[in-house]
Amino acid sequence: MKPFKYEKAKDLGTAASTLDSIPSASLLAGGTNIVDLMKEDVARPDILVDINGLEFSKIKKKGNTVSIGALATNKDTANHPLVRKHFPVLTQSILAGASAQIRNMATNGGNLNQRTRCMYFNDPSVTCNKRDPGSGCSAMEGLNRMHSIFGWSNRCVAVFPSDMAVGLAALDAVVNVANKDGESRAIPINDYHRLPGRDPSRDNTLKRGEIVTTIDIPINSWAKNSYYLKVRDRASYDFALVSVAAALDLGGGVIRGSRIAMGGVAPKPWRALIAEKELIGKKPSKELFERAAKMEMERARPLEHNEFKVKMGERAIVRALQKSGNA
Amino acid sequence: MDKDIDDVAVDYEMSEDEKTILRELGVFGESRRKFLGKVGTGGASLLALQLLAEQEALAAETGEPLTSAFGPRFENALKVTLKVNGEKKSLEVDSRMTLLDALRERLALTGTKKGCDRGQCGSCTVIVEGERVLSCLALAATCEGKDVTTIEGLAEGDSLHPLQAAFIKYDAFQCGYCTPGQICSSVALLDEAKNGELSHVSDEIPEKAAPVDLSDDEIRERMSGNLCRCGAYPNILKAIQEVEGGREVAQTWSFYNSAKEGSDETV
Ligand SMILES: Cc1cc2nc3c(=O)[nH]c(=O)nc-3n(C[C@H](O)[C@H](O)[C@H](O)COP(=O)(O)OP(=O)(O)OC[C@H]3O[C@@H](n4cnc5c(N)ncnc54)[C@H](O)[C@@H]3O)c2cc1C
Ligand code: SF4
Ligand code: FES
Ligand code: FES
Repeated sequence: MKPFKYEKAKDLGTAASTLDSIPSASLLAGGTNIVDLMKEDVARPDILVDINGLEFSKIKKKGNTVSIGALATNKDTANHPLVRKHFPVLTQSILAGASAQIRNMATNGGNLNQRTRCMYFNDPSVTCNKRDPGSGCSAMEGLNRMHSIFGWSNRCVAVFPSDMAVGLAALDAVVNVANKDGESRAIPINDYHRLPGRDPSRDNTLKRGEIVTTIDIPINSWAKNSYYLKVRDRASYDFALVSVAAALDLGGGVIRGSRIAMGGVAPKPWRALIAEKELIGKKPSKELFERAAKMEMERARPLEHNEFKVKMGERAIVRALQKSGNA
Repeated sequence: MDKDIDDVAVDYEMSEDEKTILRELGVFGESRRKFLGKVGTGGASLLALQLLAEQEALAAETGEPLTSAFGPRFENALKVTLKVNGEKKSLEVDSRMTLLDALRERLALTGTKKGCDRGQCGSCTVIVEGERVLSCLALAATCEGKDVTTIEGLAEGDSLHPLQAAFIKYDAFQCGYCTPGQICSSVALLDEAKNGELSHVSDEIPEKAAPVDLSDDEIRERMSGNLCRCGAYPNILKAIQEVEGGREVAQTWSFYNSAKEGSDETV
C-alpha cells in the first residue's frame, strides 16, 4: 500500500475542501472498499479523509420523505423502523449484499460510491480503461461472464455491483450532495450513476469536491407489494449475477404503477422502463409479467460469456413481480 | 557524506513509492551504513530493508515518539488509543496499519487470524463497540477510543465463553484457523438476533424489531461471512444452536480411552 496521510475530518466543509484542492485525496467511510483497493494498489490516495463522526448519520422522517444519512451503516439502515415500515425492498436489497461483518462497517455513502468488482479493474497488472484510461479493456476479449448486458460501451463492460443501489433505484431515491461552500445538489438516483460511454473512469456524476450527505426516499403506497430477488453463484456472500427490485402499486384489481430495477446487468442500476410501462393499467397475471419481462430483455446485448443473463433476467423479473404482487 | 536512496545498492530497481518509503524511514546515509552492517554481506533486498525498519518502528509500543536506528520517526505515524479486551492500549502506528496487524504484530494478540486480508473470509473477525467487523479492512487509526474484543477476551478467567465451550464440545473445527473468527462472529450473531436484526432469509420484515428465532437457515445465512476451508460447517451450526436456544444436539465425538482398547467404552 502506498503511504498516505490520514486525516480525521472536523466538518463537512474541511473534508470537501481537502477533496476539492487535492485531486489525490480520497474519502474514507466504512473502508470496506477503499482499504481493499488501496491494498491492491488500485486506489492510491495521498490523503485519506476519514469522514466517520460527521453529523450525517441519522435516519429520520421529513414530511413525506425519509432521509437516510450517508454515514449511517448498511446494517442500521436495513433495520431502521422507518425503513422496515416504508421500504422493505431497501431492507431486503441491503441484506442481500456482502456479510454481516461488512454491513456493520459499510455506510450508505460508501455503498453508492463503491467501485466495480470487474476482476481486471482490481488487478493493476492488466489493462483497464476504468483504472487506467486509454489502456484498453481486458474484459472485452477476456472473461466477461459477470459483466454487462445493457448500457456498456466498447471502452468498458463492467457492472456496478451494489445491491442497495438497485433497491434505491426502484424507490426513486434522491441523492443529496454538498461541496466545500455548503452548496448542495439533489441528484435523482437514476442520474447518479452513469454509463461508461467514452469515459469509463467516472462511475457517477459526483463532481470533484462533492460529498454525499443524505439520501431522500419519498414515502409511497407500495411497501407491501415489493420484493428484492438476487440470483448469485453461491447462496450467500456473493455478488449478483442478476438481481431485481420490483414494486407494484395495486388498486381496483389493476396495476396502477410499477417499478422494476435490475442489478448485475449494467454499469448502473438498470430501470426496466419498457417492462414497467407494459404493466400499467392491466390486471396482474403471470402471462402479463412474462410478456413485459421478455419485452425488456429483448433489448439486451450480451457479451461472449454472459448470454445466460438474458433468460435469467427475464425469469428474475417475472419471479420478483409475482412475489411483489403476492401472486 | 549523506547518501540518498538513489545511491543505495539494492538488487532490483525500486519504484518511486518504494524510494519514498525508504526516504521516510530514513534508511540511507549514516543509518544505512549501520543497517548494512547489521545485515552483513550480500545485497540487501528492499524487502529486508523494509522489514527491519518496520520491525524497529513496530517495536515501539506506547506514546513515546518513534525513533529508529534508521533516522527520525516515520512520516505518517499516528497515535491511537484503544481498549482491547478491557485494557487500554496506546500505540503509535503507520497510517497504513490495519486493526488486524495492530492486534497481531503490536499487541501480540495472535488469536485473530489473517486469512485473505481482503475482506473475503471472515477469519479476522473481531468485535468493535459490540459489533462484529473485519479487522483486515479496518485501519487501526479509525479505532481511536474504541472497545475491541478479540477471541482472547471472551473467556472469563478459566471459564470459557459458552460458545467456545460449545465449539469444543461439537468438534466445530479441524485445523482451527477460521475458529477465532467463527466464534467472535457467532457471539455477535446471538446479540444481533436478540435485538431483532434481520437477515436475508428472514421471512417477515416486522416494523418493530423483535427477537429473531434462529432456524438453521438463519444461522447459516448469518454466518456466511465466515468461511471454513475444512468444512466444519455442520458442527459449527450445532455449537451455535446449542448456545442459542439451549437446543442440545447430540455430541458428535468422544475421547477414545486407549487403556480400554478393545472395549467400546469411551470416556
Ligand atoms: C467480500 C465482499 C463482498 C461484498 N459483497 C457485496 C454484495 O454482495 N453486494 C453489495 O452491494 N456490496 C457488496 N460488497 C461491497 C460493500 O457493500 C461496499 O464495500 C460498501 O458498501 C462500501 O461502503 P464503505 O462505507 O465501506 O465505503 P468505503 O470503502 O469507505 O468507500 C468507498 C468509496 O466511496 C467513497 N465515499 C464514501 N463515502 C462517501 C460519501 N459520503 N460521499 C462521496 N464518496 C464517498 C470513498 O471515497 C470510496 O471511494 C462486498 C464487499 C466485500 C469486501
Ligand atoms: S470492463 Fe471496465 S473495469 Fe473491467 S477491464 Fe474493461 S474497462 Fe476495466
Ligand atoms: S482476513 Fe479479513 S476477511 Fe479474510
Ligand atoms: S477449521 Fe480449518 S478452516 Fe475452519
